[in-house]
Amino acid sequence: MILLDDGCPDFAGEMGEKTGIDFNRCLQCKTCANGCPFIDGMDQAPNRIIRMIQFGMAEEVLKTSTIWVCVGCNTCSSACPMAIDIPALMDGLRHAALDRGVEIPEPDILNFHQEVLNTVKKYGRTHKLEIMMRYKLKKMDLFSDMGVGLKMLKKRKLDLTPSRVKDMKAIEKIFQEP
Amino acid sequence: MKRSSRNLDPGPSSGKLKFSFFPGCSLKASGHENTLSLLKFCQSMDIDLVELEDWNCCGSSSAHSIDKRSAKYLPMRNLSLAPRGVPLLIACPSCLLRLKSSFLSIKADPALRRDYEDFFEKPFDDELEIIHFFEIFNRVDLKDHMEILAGTLKGIRVAPYYGCMLFMPPDLRYEKSHTGIIEKSLKSLGADIVSYGYANRCCGTYLSVAKPDIARKVVNEIIFKAMEAGAECLVTACSMCHLNLEIRCTLDNPIPVLHFSELLSMALGAEDHKKWFPRHIVDPVPLLKKRGLLA
Repeated sequence: MILLDDGCPDFAGEMGEKTGIDFNRCLQCKTCANGCPFIDGMDQAPNRIIRMIQFGMAEEVLKTSTIWVCVGCNTCSSACPMAIDIPALMDGLRHAALDRGVEIPEPDILNFHQEVLNTVKKYGRTHKLEIMMRYKLKKMDLFSDMGVGLKMLKKRKLDLTPSRVKDMKAIEKIFQEP
Repeated sequence: MKRSSRNLDPGPSSGKLKFSFFPGCSLKASGHENTLSLLKFCQSMDIDLVELEDWNCCGSSSAHSIDKRSAKYLPMRNLSLAPRGVPLLIACPSCLLRLKSSFLSIKADPALRRDYEDFFEKPFDDELEIIHFFEIFNRVDLKDHMEILAGTLKGIRVAPYYGCMLFMPPDLRYEKSHTGIIEKSLKSLGADIVSYGYANRCCGTYLSVAKPDIARKVVNEIIFKAMEAGAECLVTACSMCHLNLEIRCTLDNPIPVLHFSELLSMALGAEDHKKWFPRHIVDPVPLLKKRGLLA
């Protein structure tokens, strides 16, 4: 066992502080990886992410697709024998990746999150149609998945006009830079 | 559909249940049929729901993924709007997680409480009760309404689908679990419950947009496993799961996916389903006719 005090503690220490996770706990049992519904879309298994943190491989970790593909369904954390909150770790790693300005290997996922927050900033609530249109425009790919979009419009699952919050001052205050 | 508390409030002595209702963006828009049937159900059960005035988006996955500030204050604003002394009812599992974990962290952290009180300029309400829609079944004796309804669902074979958010979040590990509510209530109404291994499997959430291939795979897996176990329909507790299961399924002849509130309201004899079912991608009407639930 490599205890972090003797190894490369900088990155592990920083992430531990941000997320409240003690990386010494991980046994590398791979329960998280075996149960993850989305592992096919990840370039590193969740247990390997923890191992890389133990080794201080900050940049490598922050550039993985894993930290963006994880949706936080908690299948891993509910099965982890050492009760490690892996989705909380992924949140922390995403923030660190954005703070450090590393290249994001999953631009579509980031694009989607940004468009969601754009509509929340504008209306106080999400507006799916606008999210989809702007997401597609930014991706410069208007036609893939068109069938699903049309089906949703036909079934009136995409409202044409957004539902809005009345007190938009309060929403502006939330999105103001401190 | 919003019922005014001013006109209908029967006063505290009547024992009538009254909740503030937080719909959230999914129920409000793409899952409108979920809201309509849920309001109908509460009306049939004589439960008073008053929509939370001027509520906003909980921030969902996107805020906590990329923007700490809005992830913190968006749920808080909703807490600050909740009227005192009335439980806040939330039907969306994801919104519930965001609002409740925000509430629990403020309660546990004096610095965060000060932050909340400075930001919203009002004291934090320690006593606010935040509950999921399922909690209704612990507070109302459904038997009062169901004795005459036993058998109404006529053996329709249902695969319950809870999704991941109601089961596993570490933030809510000390909160009440509602496992089994769908099974228990629909069974008492005469449905056959099919058991399969995917009731809490994640539906893929926003990967449905950004990584459709991955979402397709998990969605097909869930629906295939339910069909293999003999289900005639899936019943969901989450409006967003419902949307993903419908739009990302590429199986041949998939079974319909119903909202829990729709099936409950059907059993209670609601007749406005004409507004709900046309919004489904897989039409549930043939199945409901075959089972004699619709004429």
